[in-house]
Amino acid sequence: MSEVNATTSLAGEEAVGFSPFRRGWMKLLRNRAAVFGGLLILAYLFTALTAPVLSPGDPSAPNLMASLERPSWKHPLGTDELGRSILGRILYGSRVSLLIAIGVVAVGLLVGVPLGLVSGYYGGKIDFFIQRITDMLLAFPGFLLALALVAILGVGLKNTVISIGISMVPIYIRLVRGCVLAVREQVYVEAARALGTKDVTILRRHILPNVLVPIIVQTSLGMGTAILFAAGLGFLGVGVQPPTPEWGAMLGSGRAYIFNAPHVATFPGLAIFLAVLGFNLLGDGLRDALDPRARG
Amino acid sequence: MRDGALLAIRDLRVRFHTLEGSFYAVDGVDWHVERRETLGLVGESGCGKSVTALSVLRLLPPRTTEIQGQILFEGINLLELDTEQLRRIRGNSVSMIFQEPMTSLNPVFTVGEQIAETIRLHQGLTPKEAWDQAVEMLRLVQIPSPEARAKDYPHQLSGGMRQRAMIAMALSCHPQLLLADEPTTALDVTIQAQIMDLMLRLREEMHTSIVLISHNLGLIAEMARRVVVMYAGKVVEEAPVRELFHDPLHPYTRGLLGSVPWIGRKQTTGRRRLQEIPGIVPGLMEMPSGCRFHPRCPEAKEVCRREPPPTIHRDDGRRVLCWLWA
Repeated sequence: MSEVNATTSLAGEEAVGFSPFRRGWMKLLRNRAAVFGGLLILAYLFTALTAPVLSPGDPSAPNLMASLERPSWKHPLGTDELGRSILGRILYGSRVSLLIAIGVVAVGLLVGVPLGLVSGYYGGKIDFFIQRITDMLLAFPGFLLALALVAILGVGLKNTVISIGISMVPIYIRLVRGCVLAVREQVYVEAARALGTKDVTILRRHILPNVLVPIIVQTSLGMGTAILFAAGLGFLGVGVQPPTPEWGAMLGSGRAYIFNAPHVATFPGLAIFLAVLGFNLLGDGLRDALDPRARG
Repeated sequence: MRDGALLAIRDLRVRFHTLEGSFYAVDGVDWHVERRETLGLVGESGCGKSVTALSVLRLLPPRTTEIQGQILFEGINLLELDTEQLRRIRGNSVSMIFQEPMTSLNPVFTVGEQIAETIRLHQGLTPKEAWDQAVEMLRLVQIPSPEARAKDYPHQLSGGMRQRAMIAMALSCHPQLLLADEPTTALDVTIQAQIMDLMLRLREEMHTSIVLISHNLGLIAEMARRVVVMYAGKVVEEAPVRELFHDPLHPYTRGLLGSVPWIGRKQTTGRRRLQEIPGIVPGLMEMPSGCRFHPRCPEAKEVCRREPPPTIHRDDGRRVLCWLWA
């Protein structure tokens, strides 16, 4: 036990000359689960970027002569009820889910982080106002909120992103506000004010960088959640609409053939599982690597 | 005399609004600093020294504090300025350094970046010029190899080095007034002496006035020309440093001086125990009637319990808030 402690503290010392983020990066590379998660995400990004090369042709073009075929050389993961290659649709589906995940997290970050910063730094009436709205949004389970928003906005890719994005905004607001409340009491924030720094600069230069770690972790975990939520909406038929290849919708339509052609539902499910697992492992690893309390 | 003062605080009252009610943490404080003077502000913890200093730059949370009176800096009442005017004074004309050198620098930026930021803020230099000047400031506060240290993060510096960097940052725009709130309390004694020497030298070089807040009387004796003693939100005595140490008027000042160990005292005054002032500074909620010091005062009379004491201005320019001299 003491040996383990000795090596980790040594690792901390040799990294002394680096910024906190550089040091976190070195710790992250020592975490096997996080590296595995990172590799899954890299593979995911790779397929999303190269889907048209890996699987030429239209992934949505039906070929009813070849419907519900089992895995073969020609269709490594088999075909669905319309005879489309499941591998091809999973590869193309990775683009859709990645697009949704990035969009959702962007909505969450762009709306949630500024509101959280303002809410935590200024406090008072504006904080009260933002927090009561956050309370209202958090009162609904996240997925239910996204579902309700889809019901209002309508189905489709854009509305899926907006709905899930809005359901994630309160999480970012709360997270950022909580961190800001702690950081704004730091002496260096008071010192910056004493030296005449503008509020905007204090928020941008002194507070934001010091609350960045939980935001980064939440972003990684949020990508996983976004993929899961998007698949959930797709599964229920209110997400991205066919014939666009979407993992949740593929899972949903494959459900009907679960007994005679289980591969139709299994492989999209596996894709969802691996993508979400990747983001969660990386997120956990980032938290451990960047959390100053967990250091050493 | 007071009209020429760099900073004059007149009848300052600072009230905190809390859930338990409203209390005056500073209650009718008057003092001033001349140009190029070092004023010592002395008192126990909780007597209102820091609150007074923070209210000069209006750094107290505005929602829960109320500041009354006047804070005149070069004749301008700082309490009447708007946020933007105030911001231009902070760090530029009036600067402040804090007690905790370990936490007063932002951990995610290098020391040089932080000093350069303050310089750019007030002087509108290019990033390169500001960086060079930041390195120059680090050299001025006698940090060895300042070019390399400017690229260090705060956690790579020792406490003394960080406090030097903090002083460099506070002085980077050549302020006329430096508020130093217990600048050496968190440092060990040899480093304290170095930092104090540095501040004295910089005062000479940059013509900066200093308000030195401390409970360390030895430090005040070394540094200050004039001393203001505060107790429970009020100024109880003001005197030139030599007079204060040789002939303290207020029983509280005597108590403070008596509780400092002086090497060599045994020979001159015989074997004596170190004195203490019984009790603690009263909380804001339980201010005693009459003189606020009377429950702890060895010389308290009946009148001290009933009536707040008057401020006695003596002919030699000293003042004291005590019935003994009325």
